[in-house]
Amino acid sequence: MASRPTPYERIMYPVDWLEERSGLVGGLRYFLFRKVPADTNWFQTLGSATLTAFIVQALTGSILAMYYKPEPQQAYSSITHITNDIWAGWLVRGMHRWGASVFIILMFLHMGRVFLFGAYKYPRELNWIIGVLLLALGLAEGFTGYLLPWDQTSYWATVVGININGTAPFLGPFLAQFLQGGTYINPDTLSRFYAIHMLLLPGAIFALIGLHLYLVVRLGVTSPPWSKHPAGSGPTTPEPQPPRTGLTRPAPRRSARG
Amino acid sequence: MEPRHEHPHVPGPSIWPVGFAVGVVALLVGFVVNWAIVVVGALIAAAFGFLWVRDLARRRGLTKAPAVEPERRDGRAETDGRLAPSPPTYGRSAFLELSTLGLGGVIGALVSLPVFGFMILPAFLKQKAGSHDLGPVTDYPEGEFVVATFMSRPEQGKVSRRTAFVRNNGPVNGRPSFTIISNHCAHLGCPVQPNTAVPAAHKEYQDVTLTALPTPPSGFSCPCHGGAYDIEGNRIAGPPVRALDRYAFSIRNGHLYLEAPFSVSHVDGSGSTAEIHKFPFAFPGEHVSGAEAWLYPIQPPH
Repeated sequence: MASRPTPYERIMYPVDWLEERSGLVGGLRYFLFRKVPADTNWFQTLGSATLTAFIVQALTGSILAMYYKPEPQQAYSSITHITNDIWAGWLVRGMHRWGASVFIILMFLHMGRVFLFGAYKYPRELNWIIGVLLLALGLAEGFTGYLLPWDQTSYWATVVGININGTAPFLGPFLAQFLQGGTYINPDTLSRFYAIHMLLLPGAIFALIGLHLYLVVRLGVTSPPWSKHPAGSGPTTPEPQPPRTGLTRPAPRRSARG
Repeated sequence: MEPRHEHPHVPGPSIWPVGFAVGVVALLVGFVVNWAIVVVGALIAAAFGFLWVRDLARRRGLTKAPAVEPERRDGRAETDGRLAPSPPTYGRSAFLELSTLGLGGVIGALVSLPVFGFMILPAFLKQKAGSHDLGPVTDYPEGEFVVATFMSRPEQGKVSRRTAFVRNNGPVNGRPSFTIISNHCAHLGCPVQPNTAVPAAHKEYQDVTLTALPTPPSGFSCPCHGGAYDIEGNRIAGPPVRALDRYAFSIRNGHLYLEAPFSVSHVDGSGSTAEIHKFPFAFPGEHVSGAEAWLYPIQPPH
């Protein structure tokens, strides 16, 4: 006899529908509620703090791009327009400008935590390398984003930055000329930096963050160096699971009246 | 379970679909080219479509699908319950893998090479700066420095603004002599300033602004990192690795024309008798002479 679904089951039907077709719900549950060592530390939240900072940068940057104009005659005036005229523009620009520093600082703190916890050792060396690439891409974001306000500070800082690139042996001059899109800084340099800043580098960073997180989940979280539990001491066999009627919800309890 | 060895009836080989497809193509091409071709294509498609449908409706040309021998994973055929003696040395799946990867690589290269060329090459092509008219020679009094700012590429706007320090050295053997020093610091490219009072008074000529310096500067200095140069552009202090760059010049119709810039390791002497140690134009911070110059064997085309 078909009994009326409980409100909980009504809520879970669409979730079950999604899970049956994609496995996404189970995947998310696995990601969020996977086992970690009992003595994990607050310092191990620095990675997710860095991720949060990057998401803030991506979001505020996308919104700033709706008002910013990467053209020499209009770039600076569009920045002052964002800051002074558009509602909450000062806030979003400030979040992006200061959030950039927060992102870089958090990357370094996260890196320090990984180093001091020895979390870069076998089998996590590849994740350290990916993290170093992410740091380099983050610094490149800072370099390309600095030019965009197109004021005297950003212009001359970029001149100096490009020429520092130019002093690298052998390929330096070619790198400098590629970066500025010609022999000197020109209108193309601004749009080039803009495209690199908001398309190329964020795309690469998103992809590498995905790889970084995949390896974190696959390899597990390290215990702190002062952990009293020897490595590999956790349960190796999965705990028995109760039978399930749906893919995500447990079997409904039978009432005494049946 | 489905019954095994089921042989569904499928249409046999037929020429009519080919003709139908030709008609449809002609019809579509006709939309672009000519209405007459549309009509011809429609007629072909209708005729062949009719023949095709008639065949199917009469169940003529239906044939039994051939039984397919299930493929073994190791590629060896089974005969009389025993495996064939030796597997093929170069299997079909290996060939398919390689050809898929190879074709994919070729197609990827065909698509991406022009795109990456578009990204990289324009920065190195057509970069040669043309000559620039700096106005009548009479605007440059003999023995005085004049600060000349100009738009090196007027179509790019103010971002192409450059500055040169121009000194008329007077005629030498009946030929005019000019010292034209670029204001790009040889350390990292910041704008160097003349070490003297720069008045506001100036003269304008097209996109060129001229400011004569009443008191001769003692030299040039850079605000960024403290690079200092003497009056001929030789480095005397700070981080620069060479002397200030210079411009070649020419005189046409009584006007001073700025020509291509070049780099200088150092200058001996001064004024019209100076001996300039000249090198191809290099980026700031690059050594053009000495052992360190080996770090920059080739320069991108300027």
